[in-house]
Amino acid sequence: MSTALLIEQLLNGLQLGVMLFLMAAGLTLIFGVMGLINLAHGSFYMIGAFACATVAAATGSFWTGLVASLIAAAAAGAIVEMAVIRRLYERDHLDQVLATFALILIFSEGTRWLFGSFPLYLDIPPLLHGAVPLPGGGQYQLYRLAIIGVGIVVAVGLYLLISRTRLGMRIRAGESDREMIAALGVDISTLYTVVFALGAALAGLAGALVGALQSVQVGMGEPVLILAFVVIVIGGIGSIKGALFGAVLVGVVDTLGRLLLPQALTLMLPPSQAALIGGALASMLIYIVMALILAFRPSGLFAAQS
Amino acid sequence: MKNKEGNKMKEILATGLIGLSLAVSGYAHAEPVKIGVITTLSGGGAGLGIDMRDAFTLAIEQSGNEEIELVIEDDAQKPELAVQIAEKMIQSDKVDLMTGIIWSNLAMAVVPNAVAQDVIYLSPNAGPSVLAGANCHPNYFNVAYQNDNFHEAMGQYANQDYKNTFILAPNYPAGKDSLTGFKRFYKGELAGEVYTQVGQTDYAAEIAQIRASGADSVFFFLPGGMGIAFMKQYAQSGVDIPVMGPAFSFSQDILPAVGDAALGVKNSATWAKDLDNEANKAFVEAFQAEYNRLPSVYAAQSWDTANLILSALSKASVKDKEAFRAALKEADFDSVRGEFKFNTNNHPIQNVYIREVVKEDDVLTNKIVGTAFEDHTDAYAEQCSMQ
Repeated sequence: MSTALLIEQLLNGLQLGVMLFLMAAGLTLIFGVMGLINLAHGSFYMIGAFACATVAAATGSFWTGLVASLIAAAAAGAIVEMAVIRRLYERDHLDQVLATFALILIFSEGTRWLFGSFPLYLDIPPLLHGAVPLPGGGQYQLYRLAIIGVGIVVAVGLYLLISRTRLGMRIRAGESDREMIAALGVDISTLYTVVFALGAALAGLAGALVGALQSVQVGMGEPVLILAFVVIVIGGIGSIKGALFGAVLVGVVDTLGRLLLPQALTLMLPPSQAALIGGALASMLIYIVMALILAFRPSGLFAAQS
Repeated sequence: MKNKEGNKMKEILATGLIGLSLAVSGYAHAEPVKIGVITTLSGGGAGLGIDMRDAFTLAIEQSGNEEIELVIEDDAQKPELAVQIAEKMIQSDKVDLMTGIIWSNLAMAVVPNAVAQDVIYLSPNAGPSVLAGANCHPNYFNVAYQNDNFHEAMGQYANQDYKNTFILAPNYPAGKDSLTGFKRFYKGELAGEVYTQVGQTDYAAEIAQIRASGADSVFFFLPGGMGIAFMKQYAQSGVDIPVMGPAFSFSQDILPAVGDAALGVKNSATWAKDLDNEANKAFVEAFQAEYNRLPSVYAAQSWDTANLILSALSKASVKDKEAFRAALKEADFDSVRGEFKFNTNNHPIQNVYIREVVKEDDVLTNKIVGTAFEDHTDAYAEQCSMQ
């Protein structure tokens, strides 16, 4: 195996991790601040992708579509928070899971009703077509590099937002004691709506970015949601830093596992058997990693709350 | 008062008309027939089920046979739901025939149970190998294909030009059937063999492996959204090794989402909209007129399923299972695929074609460029006890 292939796969893992981070950041923020398990987070991802595909098809510009995806997902998040989620903060987790699961069904069927059952088309912008050369003679797609760049910008932006701004201070305060900051006169319900909309917007951004690589269709958010939950459990629920490390870990382990496990097994087995068993093992790998991490650190790598 | 009398008059007229039509059309239309259709109308795979349902109902409507009642239910691509619906259709709706399932894993959950309860099941799409071989059944008719067929055709086609193919499929029964089918006829070397996860949407890792493998061609089977994602990413990655695959990743329902990345790709199927026969012309025209879109291969297979049922209904009563099965087996209908016969295991004997994705008036579609097999059967018929 050449170094070029290995470098390319490491970048692929990083890109998958960055995409998962955009999903997991919102999920972990919402759980950390409001104590809410939001299964409908994948729906915002889908809304972002559909908004981007529709607007890009109408205006011919991917960038307008990207802006539209942020606005649509944030708006959907704010509306859902005010109409439904707000009633769930005091209820137990089972009620929250049931209600947000219902939201998944409503959003999926609503999207189908609006856009039909056939997948939509969304291509990467012409500016980001092409590839850049890698050391070792390989090539890497420019668009995927751009996704990694967006992820880094969002990570830095979230860090600054939470550690340096007044809003971030309130978010941190809300995480540690929500009754106290309400008593101190902070408008807690507006804060919750803003955090929820922010999380939804990040999911929408991920959906739009990934929609150009994959297919924009109903139900696209749920498989990503499962991985995003794995990420926040590994990283420690409620911690943005944990979400970043967890996402990159899951992305790299998953990508390299898919490459290396079948190849390692060919040393012992005939190629088609090795491909079959290696493929099956690779799909289990991130869950095995999660189980190991939880065995040694039950509350994740960077637990926010003790 | 006047209104009421008017209604009465209408009733008398209607009764008279029904009597007249019965007298004309004869015995075959005289009894009610109930057909249960279980298909995927919600979730990611809904496009396929909707094409299936639309073609099937259109064929029944066009026949003018008003005694046929359709019970249509959505399985949401979930095996456990499909099983519940099937039980309900058999126990409380008392359907005579069943059809509609798109996915092999759902067919495996429903079909063996239904046929054991003496319901005749006609498959408009899925054809798992088990049901073609050891577990074949007189009540099970496959009007589509055996799962391996399209892949076998691609293996045969690859022999012409390629010697070092990289092959790729999801890690589930139909994926294994696919690569097995390809390898059954392909004589060259394999540059690589990879099983991906079911539902996987990012193929960057696999595409990097393809680039590094030195293959001269790529064969992939990735149905639904998986195929859209793969084709887009493959085109964006700049790898220029030719790809090929079964029709599932290039059928009419997903071509618009794949976009120009699919142009020129060779794929295998038993049907294309330009297949030259009268039945096909009528079908494509009727489907387009009714739904304002081009039909997919799923629509074609469902149209044939409906017409097969109609042909059998005109020969035998659905209550006389023995005679009705015999009538179905004759396959005495004008298939949109041209020649169509049933093998001993109730699976098709038919041609498999090679198609190419082309652009006609800005719409992506397929045209036939060659024939991989004539009168092709499946590899499992010998294991079937019905001879």
